[in-house]
Amino acid sequence: MERNLLKYVWKHSRPDQLWMLVVILASMPTYFLSLELPKRIVNDPIQGNGFENPGDTGQFLQFYMPFGESLFGEPVMLFQGFEMERVGYLLALSFSFLALVMANGLFKLYINTYKGRMGERILRRLRYELFDRVMRYPLSRFRRTKPSEIASMIKDEVEPMGEFIGDAFTQPLFLGGQALVALLFIMLQNFWLGIVTLIVVLFQAWLIPILRRRLIELGKQRQIAARRLAGRLGEIVEGIQEAHTNDTTNLERAEMSNILGRLFFIRFELFQRKFSVKFINNLLIQFLAFFFYAVGGYLAITGRLDIGQLIGVIVAYKDLPAPVRGLIDHDQKRLTVEVRYGQIIEQFTADELKDSALQKTPDGKVSAISKGYEVSKLGVVDDTGSKLLENVSADIGVDERVAIVGNFSSGADVFVGVLGNVIPSTSGKVLLDDIQIETQPEYITGRRLSYIDGSTFFPQGTILEILTYVLKNQPVREAERDTEEQKKYAFEKVEQKRSANYHLDFEADWIDYERLGLGDQEELTERIREVLTEVDMESDVRALGLRGTLDPDVYPELANAILEARSRFRARLQELGFDEFVEPFDPATYNNQSSIGENLLFGTATDKSFEADNLADNEIVLSVLKESQLDDDLYQMGIEVAHTTVELFGDLDPDNPFFDQLTYMDPDELPEYKTILASISNKSKEEISKKDKKMIMKLPLAYVEEQNRLGLLTDDMKNRLLEARNNLREKLLALPDSPIAFYEPDTYNSAASLQENVLLGRVSASVAEGNERVSLAIRELLNEMNLTDDVFRIGLTFNVGSGGKRLSEIQRQKLHLARALLKQPDILIVNQGLNNLGAREQGEIINMILEKSRTEGVAPKGVIWAPISPSFSELFDRVIVLNDGEIVADASPEELRNTSSVYQELLA
Amino acid sequence: MATLSEEVDMLRKIPLFAGIDPGKLKLLAFASDRKTYKSGQDLFKQGDPGDAAYVIVDGSADVIIDTDAGEVVVAEVGSNEFIGEISILCEVPRTATVRSSSDNLETLKIKKEHFVGLITQVPDLGVEVMRELASRLSKTTAELGEARRELSNAKTC
Repeated sequence: MERNLLKYVWKHSRPDQLWMLVVILASMPTYFLSLELPKRIVNDPIQGNGFENPGDTGQFLQFYMPFGESLFGEPVMLFQGFEMERVGYLLALSFSFLALVMANGLFKLYINTYKGRMGERILRRLRYELFDRVMRYPLSRFRRTKPSEIASMIKDEVEPMGEFIGDAFTQPLFLGGQALVALLFIMLQNFWLGIVTLIVVLFQAWLIPILRRRLIELGKQRQIAARRLAGRLGEIVEGIQEAHTNDTTNLERAEMSNILGRLFFIRFELFQRKFSVKFINNLLIQFLAFFFYAVGGYLAITGRLDIGQLIGVIVAYKDLPAPVRGLIDHDQKRLTVEVRYGQIIEQFTADELKDSALQKTPDGKVSAISKGYEVSKLGVVDDTGSKLLENVSADIGVDERVAIVGNFSSGADVFVGVLGNVIPSTSGKVLLDDIQIETQPEYITGRRLSYIDGSTFFPQGTILEILTYVLKNQPVREAERDTEEQKKYAFEKVEQKRSANYHLDFEADWIDYERLGLGDQEELTERIREVLTEVDMESDVRALGLRGTLDPDVYPELANAILEARSRFRARLQELGFDEFVEPFDPATYNNQSSIGENLLFGTATDKSFEADNLADNEIVLSVLKESQLDDDLYQMGIEVAHTTVELFGDLDPDNPFFDQLTYMDPDELPEYKTILASISNKSKEEISKKDKKMIMKLPLAYVEEQNRLGLLTDDMKNRLLEARNNLREKLLALPDSPIAFYEPDTYNSAASLQENVLLGRVSASVAEGNERVSLAIRELLNEMNLTDDVFRIGLTFNVGSGGKRLSEIQRQKLHLARALLKQPDILIVNQGLNNLGAREQGEIINMILEKSRTEGVAPKGVIWAPISPSFSELFDRVIVLNDGEIVADASPEELRNTSSVYQELLA
Repeated sequence: MATLSEEVDMLRKIPLFAGIDPGKLKLLAFASDRKTYKSGQDLFKQGDPGDAAYVIVDGSADVIIDTDAGEVVVAEVGSNEFIGEISILCEVPRTATVRSSSDNLETLKIKKEHFVGLITQVPDLGVEVMRELASRLSKTTAELGEARRELSNAKTC
């Protein structure tokens, strides 16, 4: 990349910059005239020069050639002008002034917009180029670079460049032009005033850069410190658990404070210097003011300069500091931005990048791997210079099933990493189909090989997105766009080209069904189900589906089917023997398995103020309770609950195991309740504070008679609660946007999960294994109704969360393997990729994959596996044993068991 | 459904808990879960790790031991009996399976940490538990002596 920012900008925006130059030059005359006119207005029509006698006229728009007198000895009139009277002349000049100001403004508007767009384009190009480099970094580079530093560079550090780029050439031209015009104007009025001004400006131009040298250095330091801040922040957040489990949060605080401190002092010095430079600047400019008033005034008094000229000079002078200061500021900006740019480019060019040709999309079909690996004299040395592999030679055919084993430091994992093209070889040859693997284009290594290791990182997304990621190598079908979108896209394409961004359409359909031998999305889902079944994750996905929600507007048929399942399930409760312990949500009856609050709401809250914790001071809820005369009863009940709880738990340590049975109160709040009870003992309800009242009211709302068994809820209260439930419902339904999705026997509740929607009720906690039995029954029912497919599909839309953390480690590893299989590679390479799974399950999965591989015409043809336990190698056809970075044995497992002592040891 | 105070009364009928302060029994009752079992449903299985003891509130259950000859019912337990405590006190796996033999077996399930927690809080209960275990031990020892005698008699015959 270009190391100098100005050269970079010039290279990518030459025509635009030249056009800007033309426009700016064109704007200069109007600017000059807007300076000239006020002088003319004051001198001629107002002060009466040339209007000494009534009836005198002035020549409007009469124009002499500048310097005509000195060049030709007499004034050269270029335009005769129009003859006008004094007032008419004044008005004509004033209107001309107005027009000029307008023209000036329009020029500015055009120039600003134009250069803004130019800057954004180059910023986009720059960011894209930097990202392109990240894509081409060798993988080893990422071991030394913090992800958040890269993000900080591409996102934040280049940002100020966008503003500058537009100004890079135009601003100095524009401002310099203005300054020159102003200077010229002053010179035309009085040569010596002009000369003095020029000297002051030149002095400035000499002094300022000297003062700024230190600023450049500081700018560099600031950038590095800020980047370090971003890098460390990212690291700390990623390893946040370590800080807690090792009690090092204070160490992290100290380090952060240290970094912030360094940043502070750099920035502080920067400001100090900046402002002193500004001070000197202002001083010099103000000196000019003094000079104009004193000397110009003297010249005017002595009659060597007329008043109009002096005003003109002063107006010009007033306009002079702005461009001069602008120029100085611009130069300042240029310095900082160039430093930044240089810094970034240095960061991004330090390494050998992968040839971009390796990452091109292929022309036509990608041919399958036909031969396999030929490895000869392979050596790998790591960053620190220690040898990981030495003199490793082995040929592995495309249809072989090979286990690569060795103890911890044997290099088996490194060897597999080299075969998977994620670890570069230092010496020797690794040929994949006769071509050194590093020079094989990625459309071969990335599509025809599947490589996975034990890492379990996934970006945020749904399971479906994660699985299909590996199928999206290039757009296959064009995106469907209506005319409006088509227009937008055409425009976007032009812009893409202007900033040399990639030309593939992100919105297009990238999934190549044909390569997988599939017709459409439907068949792909079916294939995904097969693959997930193979890695034993299909039932997990279905369980996620049952826990997931669905939008009945998007899936109206499924929502209806679930409703059907609900009514069938209700009909079945009795025959399953569940009728005693599943209590369906029925608007007309009190649900004994739910808390009083839940009974009141009778739905799922979609608004925070209606969530369980906030009910006790929700105005609407409280008013409804009052209407049914429940407020006093519940308040009394709250006091009773508080009393009992304090009595039961009052003298226990806060970490006593009994506290986990306390469902309606936070154990930490117990002391608070003690104080409240003591303080309200002889007060009426009206006298106690709002906060205390809320604390008391919280208790009954969370109370479940069936579970907590304090014997406080009477049938009469239940009836009144039902009445309150109806009132509340009416009130909330009258609102434009109901904060509750109510439980209704024949409507799908979009805020509740699939399973909750089938059940629409609550399982009694008192029945042994009640929940398990009910979910099993629900699954069976959905199975009978042929809804499993749909549940599975909903499961695929489960969002795995940041880094995939909403899935277990085991699920994530299975998902990794599943997508490696979904790709249908020629060779599947697994580098201890299932190390979180139990031995039995690992064995089953390995067996299944080997079985597939032995079947003709089913991918993968070959399997290379570094199993976590050498005993699994018995399942393979061939075993390569490594020890201390060298191959010590290479044969079938049967043979090795008899011949290789290292292998025998490994198995032992 | 029984309320907490009824459960306290019931706990009191169990010899082990008879001498305990009612406040503590109430806490124990509060902390324990009501669980009902259908006929044939297992409360726990022989060999499982012990995580809770049970008080039978209503109904009856069979105590079953797995032998080479299949399952053998060795005892029946009924209302107000306390079962499963050995395994949670000695951290040994369940020595027998307990299976509900009535259509609606009601129990109070007392989790291990709650029971042990109560013992540390109430020394009297500890003594009580010790006495109960000691008496069982002496009973078992006597039975063992009896069995040995019978065995040697059988051999000499």
